[in-house]
Amino acid sequence: MNIHEYQAREILRAHGVPVPPGEIATTPEEAERIAAQYGGMVVVKAQVHAGGRGKAGGVKLAVDPADAREKAGAILGIEIKGLTVEKILVAPAEDIETEAYLGIVMDRGSQSDVIMVSSEGGIDIEEVAATNPDAIQKLAVDARYGLLPHQAAALAHGLYSDAKLARQAARIIMQLYEAYRAAGCTLAEINPLITTPGGEVKAIDAKMNIDDNALFRLPDVAAMRDEAAEDPAERKAREAGLSYIQLDGDVGCCVNGAGLAMATMDLVKHYGGDPANFLDIGGSSNPDKVVTAFEIITSDPNVKSILFNIFGGITRCDDVANGIVEATRRIDVGLPIAIRLTGTNEDLAVEILKENGFEAMTDMDEVVKRAVTLAAGAAS
Amino acid sequence: MSIFIDGDTRLVVQGITGRDGSFHTRQMIEYGTSVVAGVTPGKGGQVFDDTVPVFDTVAEAVSETGANASVIYVPAAFASSAIFEAADAGVDLIVCITEGVPVGDMMTALPYVQEKGARLIGPNCPGLIAPGIGKIGILPGQIVTPGPVGIVSRSGTLTYEVIFQLTRNGIGQSTCVGIGGDPLIGTDFVDCLTAFEADPHTSAVAMIGEIGGTDEQVAAEFVRDHMSKPVVGFIAGQTAPPGRRMGHAGAIISGSEGTAAEKMNAFRECGIAVAERPADLVGLIEARL
Repeated sequence: MNIHEYQAREILRAHGVPVPPGEIATTPEEAERIAAQYGGMVVVKAQVHAGGRGKAGGVKLAVDPADAREKAGAILGIEIKGLTVEKILVAPAEDIETEAYLGIVMDRGSQSDVIMVSSEGGIDIEEVAATNPDAIQKLAVDARYGLLPHQAAALAHGLYSDAKLARQAARIIMQLYEAYRAAGCTLAEINPLITTPGGEVKAIDAKMNIDDNALFRLPDVAAMRDEAAEDPAERKAREAGLSYIQLDGDVGCCVNGAGLAMATMDLVKHYGGDPANFLDIGGSSNPDKVVTAFEIITSDPNVKSILFNIFGGITRCDDVANGIVEATRRIDVGLPIAIRLTGTNEDLAVEILKENGFEAMTDMDEVVKRAVTLAAGAAS
Repeated sequence: MSIFIDGDTRLVVQGITGRDGSFHTRQMIEYGTSVVAGVTPGKGGQVFDDTVPVFDTVAEAVSETGANASVIYVPAAFASSAIFEAADAGVDLIVCITEGVPVGDMMTALPYVQEKGARLIGPNCPGLIAPGIGKIGILPGQIVTPGPVGIVSRSGTLTYEVIFQLTRNGIGQSTCVGIGGDPLIGTDFVDCLTAFEADPHTSAVAMIGEIGGTDEQVAAEFVRDHMSKPVVGFIAGQTAPPGRRMGHAGAIISGSEGTAAEKMNAFRECGIAVAERPADLVGLIEARL
């Protein structure tokens, strides 16, 4: 799950990281009121789940409250990487002397959380990695002991030669790690981490990705989900325990298991078709899940045929068959369906489908070819 | 023969009285696996299906029955704790079927398992099956048949698909291992390839990967440098949309985006024949046996 910058700032603040104040506005008037309250220059920042906000015109400086209103008006409603800006963060503009990067990421290769620190902040870390990889210090944390103070100090001294700055940075690195662990993060970044002319170190921008699997025990973090920023069909799928990603093809796919779902999409492409989606109905499927899957697939107007590819292990084929029958009774599907069921209770499933006028296939390649042909036939 | 499981495997089922645990315990017994104990805290003293004694702790189960392997079917919130407990009790093999385990939990469980000298398979995996010998997990027993091909895969149902197609074409398997789709897992491709290379009854290996991470690239280099047996491969997700992975910072560390094309190239460069479709694995394997 992604959270917004202002939410990540709240989490960091709660762990003691010095984060300047800031408030959320949804209208230009609100932005003006917030700016007036701070006085002086403010920065107005789009809150969307996308990087490169600055380049897309989503971050602007404002000299006074009236200007803040104007800049807010220019940012609210624009699209950044396909996402509409509904909220903006209004924060006092900071005096910046230097900008650094501080991040933690879960690294599958080393099976550890890796801390990355670079004196080249304010720009994308991938850019630094490409042009000047030596400017990034990395440290793999042993999760059994957590980040140790001397490790944070060593990273901080690599960042700042001034002892006072290094001391502050070391504390912030420790606090960021604590926040990362406490909020179930797989990624947490402060970019930039700034120093001010007065010798203070502060976190200006923050980004966090949260492990979905950790949310069940982090209700405060789970409540930060911005449902408005989610695709409605993907939200519906998530709530029903399905995994769905919309694509732009015309063969609607319904498969059990992520690997088989991807392989099915690949096969659709292989036989000259175009998958309309990735949809994994998961393990122990009940008929209701299948009905929801139908509703989601048919809500995509591009879909011309529906392809079921089920390999029953935990999933019982008869459950899926019952779901298909139930769904076609409840909603007017109006699209040709190609079904393949193999595995647990396959015979029962074939019987259920036959009784209700559906044909069931047993071969993956055959069913994919059929679905592609059906989509092409419906399109012409 | 087989890898990781054999005739001496004595299995304890953690979460034996749960819905999934009880169903799959019966399936494993039916397949011939020696299930010697179950564990459900608070239900110690019961006997599952009049045959399998249930204990409160894994330690008790091990000392009473001599169990040397464990399979975990407990809910995600308790899965890492179950892994710690199994490792603590001294079993050699721990197979965690549970999906949805927080990655932060695995971050501490993995080094613990390693310290204790146990092997963990999973989490979020279908387990393993050695045709005609036994199975641990949820792989359907009816689709396998004994033979010379080792299978290692990151997915569940896609593995079944590949096994099904091999079996249908008369090609049997030595052991099929589903290593799990999570970012942090206990046993990786290289561990399985190492075991297959050493197993006298495996003469070829099918490796089934997915987009994301760099495990397949690492495995490809291992095949090139350390394997004498032929390996064929398939990568799922050739048409998957980019951007559905965890931030770009992950890619910086590994130096890779983890696309299917990248992995298929790595396979080819290291002498691993790549199947375009799962069905093509059959011909590729046949030609190498």
